[in-house]
Amino acid sequence: MTATTARTLTGLSSTTADGVGASPRRPDGTLKATGEFAYSSDLWMEDMLWGATLRSPHPHARILGIDITGALKVPGVEAVLTHEDVPGAKRYGLEYRDQPVLAYGKVRYKGEPVAVVAADHPETARRAMERIRVDYEVLEPVGDARRAAHDPHCPLVHDEGGLPVREDYRQSGNRVRHQPIRTGGFTGAAGDTDRERRVLEELREQADAVVAAEYEVGMQDQAFLGPESGMAVPAEDGGVDLYIATQWLHVDQRQIAPALGLPEDKVRLTLAGVGGAFGAREDLSMQIHACMLALHTGKPVKFVYNREESFHGHVHRHPALMRFEHGARADGTLLYATLEIIVDGGAYASATPAVVGVASSLGIGPYEVPNVLVDAYGVYTTNPPCGAMRGFGAVQACFGYESQMDRLAEKLGLDPVELRIRNAMAQGSRIITGQEVDAPLPMAEMLRRARALPMPSERLERADPRTLPGGVSGTTRGEGVVRGVGYGVGLKNLCFSEGFDDYSTARVRLEAVAGEPVALVHTAAAEVGQGLVTVKGQIVRTELGVETVVVHPADTRVGSAGSSSASRQSYMTGGAVRQACAAVRAAVFALARGRGAVPEGTADADLSLTGGNLVSASAGVLAALADLLADGTVVEETREFHHRPTEMLDPTRGQGASHVQFGMCVHRAVVDVDTELGLVRVVALDAVQDVGRVLHPQQLAGQIQGGSTQGLGLALMEEIQVRDGEIVNPSFTDYLIPTILDTPPMRIDVLERPDPHAPYGLRGAGEPPTLSSTPAVVAAVRDATGRALARVPVRPEDILGIER
Amino acid sequence: MEFLSPSTLEEALQARSAHPGGVPIAGGTDVMVELNFDRHRPEALIDLSRVPELAEYGPDGGYTRLGATVPYTAIVEHLAGRAPALARAARAVASPQIRNRGTVGGNLASASPAGDAHPPLLATGAVVEVASAAGRRRVPVREFYTSLRTTALRQDELVTAVLLPEPKGPQQFAKIGTRNAMVISVAAFSLALDAERRTVGTGLGSVAPTPVRAERAEEFLAAELDWEGATAPTEAVVRRFGELVAAAASPIDDQRGSAAYRRHALAVMARRALAWSVTDYRKGAT
Repeated sequence: MTATTARTLTGLSSTTADGVGASPRRPDGTLKATGEFAYSSDLWMEDMLWGATLRSPHPHARILGIDITGALKVPGVEAVLTHEDVPGAKRYGLEYRDQPVLAYGKVRYKGEPVAVVAADHPETARRAMERIRVDYEVLEPVGDARRAAHDPHCPLVHDEGGLPVREDYRQSGNRVRHQPIRTGGFTGAAGDTDRERRVLEELREQADAVVAAEYEVGMQDQAFLGPESGMAVPAEDGGVDLYIATQWLHVDQRQIAPALGLPEDKVRLTLAGVGGAFGAREDLSMQIHACMLALHTGKPVKFVYNREESFHGHVHRHPALMRFEHGARADGTLLYATLEIIVDGGAYASATPAVVGVASSLGIGPYEVPNVLVDAYGVYTTNPPCGAMRGFGAVQACFGYESQMDRLAEKLGLDPVELRIRNAMAQGSRIITGQEVDAPLPMAEMLRRARALPMPSERLERADPRTLPGGVSGTTRGEGVVRGVGYGVGLKNLCFSEGFDDYSTARVRLEAVAGEPVALVHTAAAEVGQGLVTVKGQIVRTELGVETVVVHPADTRVGSAGSSSASRQSYMTGGAVRQACAAVRAAVFALARGRGAVPEGTADADLSLTGGNLVSASAGVLAALADLLADGTVVEETREFHHRPTEMLDPTRGQGASHVQFGMCVHRAVVDVDTELGLVRVVALDAVQDVGRVLHPQQLAGQIQGGSTQGLGLALMEEIQVRDGEIVNPSFTDYLIPTILDTPPMRIDVLERPDPHAPYGLRGAGEPPTLSSTPAVVAAVRDATGRALARVPVRPEDILGIER
Repeated sequence: MEFLSPSTLEEALQARSAHPGGVPIAGGTDVMVELNFDRHRPEALIDLSRVPELAEYGPDGGYTRLGATVPYTAIVEHLAGRAPALARAARAVASPQIRNRGTVGGNLASASPAGDAHPPLLATGAVVEVASAAGRRRVPVREFYTSLRTTALRQDELVTAVLLPEPKGPQQFAKIGTRNAMVISVAAFSLALDAERRTVGTGLGSVAPTPVRAERAEEFLAAELDWEGATAPTEAVVRRFGELVAAAASPIDDQRGSAAYRRHALAVMARRALAWSVTDYRKGAT
């Protein structure tokens, strides 16, 4: 039902078929569509054991004792392991090692792994788990994120002195990170609460309009379909081979090896079929457990979480509490903005510090504001752990600042798009951290384009019920249905930020096979569905002029590629592949010169590899690659690609060039709301996005459609509901994600304003649509209903004003 | 766990009486979820999908007889005329894959208050046919649901069919879900007018421990409707009908919605269903 209008792309013609700018088919596309693709949950070995995880039934409790003797007596059980059996480091973590491999001392969230079992059958493993006795002393849960951030009497999730303290994150109590940002008049007052208040009061005096409001974002789940799964196979050298669905093989390796007490080269990882990620596979789940059991039993061990377990087995998007205040002149020019944002990281840090870094630095959005005061907090609670998810801290803030823009426009009697244009950033602007936007950012133009997109047709008198709010449930034939329109803009950092050197490595090999030149590209980059597998081949074809490119499975036999997150793989691994290709090309030129195939005086700049040949711009074809390599010569080069360095934000004023690149998407949503039942159907969700340069138009459209839909889900239905530390809807029966009948046609208008710093001028594209679609949809619902709607997801009760 | 695969109804009933702890399975859309999540380990599964008699449907006296294992897809495709409200409900069940497997017999036997088939069966006064090795009996569906997930079905009985009365007037079904397809109901409502007997039937789902009727609303509307001239009821009558329907509910707050919303939504659905029915009735009457 999705009608996509991809712009005709010019200047991207490739001399090699299926090169950069074309839309070659994914190698895994047909297999996935027909159900034949082998996911990590399909791994199988004859003698393998099944792993299972005993989890804490309490969100917060002291462990008084664990008795495994009953479980060990179950026939077919080969191992039952607890924290005492962890061979090496007992804690791990992405950035901050605070998470126990298996709980000891305390459990800090419901579902935390306490023991693992390996048995000949999953049923046997389950029966064994029932026989593990754990004595708990239940403790008071720490459930209120605001209290965790500000109340010095709040119980601590992690005992004082238990973990190292990061001063630059202003860690204290349950605060994992506190990042202030102060600009303009607040700069001099930074840290002095009284002076800051006086500055704020003065600014309020000067403002013609002030809007202040609280907003809340519920806990969204990545809702990947392939549950956590993988297989660990013990090796003869005492190491282990792990086949795993993950987002970053090397960061897994770096966390697994110390826990196993093994050097990294004894822990070898190969990417297994990934059934979606969206950030949820950045953290470890069963990796160390499977390896421990495999090494303990000497047999392969497979884990597959079931759906309910999966909801406890990965981190979610941080829920956020936000307090915004904006002041503006009568003409809409922003004068100041303040923000307190508290994100609930749950029991363990995971990516919380980095999420705070994004939520603070992008907290006010892509707007020119001369005076800014931001305090962003990430806290520990005993709620489910939260970490990376598409949009990463920017999604939460975007819902807040875009809602504020609409409120302000209403208060000033201005058109919401005009207000945004008046305050829009552009190339040369500085975000609130003082960092200059030094690449194109055509925000005002994008807003105008979004506004100019054709509107969907009016609702028909006798409309197909599937096109009405309530859909196939048949709740309306048009009664109570009101249409609304809303806009949203979001600014997202792309690639890792704050001093992180998330380089990528690529190995490219060129040789002749059966008389044809064939290239092999080998990286450790995780294909999680985003399409890098196709892009790598396209880059090699374009750069080396060969048609046959073999993409080697991703594993740790080549250097790190960094994470498949932060919209960064086309940039980083794409950049690495391109660099390795350039090195291969140079080596081929040297080889050809050595064999006298290149006329004297021909510069390298005059040479290229095109259509399977070595070509001189002046003299034409010099040699066929297949002939040059016919003697079995193999040209192989490995290169690391680094983005430009970034800085940490300073811990008092939050200044620093912390980001690599910025991405932006603008959305216009049109909705029909059943105003008597509080049900919504999104009629259109149109997007304008600048991607710098399109590498694969079809996959780009998929990214924008998918990101927009994920944002729609957050706007209207997706929430992990937590009561007293417990997830009450850990299933796809009750955790709702949009179906095709909830997903409207999307017009997609793609701009290509190249980023001079990036390979091919590209700009990461996966995340920006996830930011802006949520506020656009909510704004449209507000337009239809007149309700304030300060919380997402918007529930029917919110639309009707019924207490919940 | 034993897996029994009877090929006749007689064998199935014998299996049922021989395995009191066994669980009948047809489409498996409920039972398999329970098994997969380790919530239930019955001593035996009795597979009814190979019993031809249970998979049939057709006229039976003044009724349409719907075999217990006929999937929702068949109801949508073939019974929209003979059981309009049930067909609408069947269309609103889950996804195409589930509709290909799920059955009204399963809905009745598991008796979840959220089952989509219950409200139309209640509204239309359907009759459940059950059988054991000792014989068959008929239970009006309005007496079938006894308490939360409990029914008049005895330990040794199977649901064999539902008898659907011939429609004698407009029928409606609507349910609330917070997405536009594939959603478990937050509240559901069905209305059936019987122009011959001048009675009104209702059925409410997901708003009480069992599927329920709104009997006071039925009596009120039966008395107020202009059965002769089919004029539109007054605003006050429509509103009162909605209130009486909502009053029949005893909903809870849960992860799918609040009790207050469920009551509110019932009243709205009831008012709309009434308006649609009167319009349809007028068309049919003229």
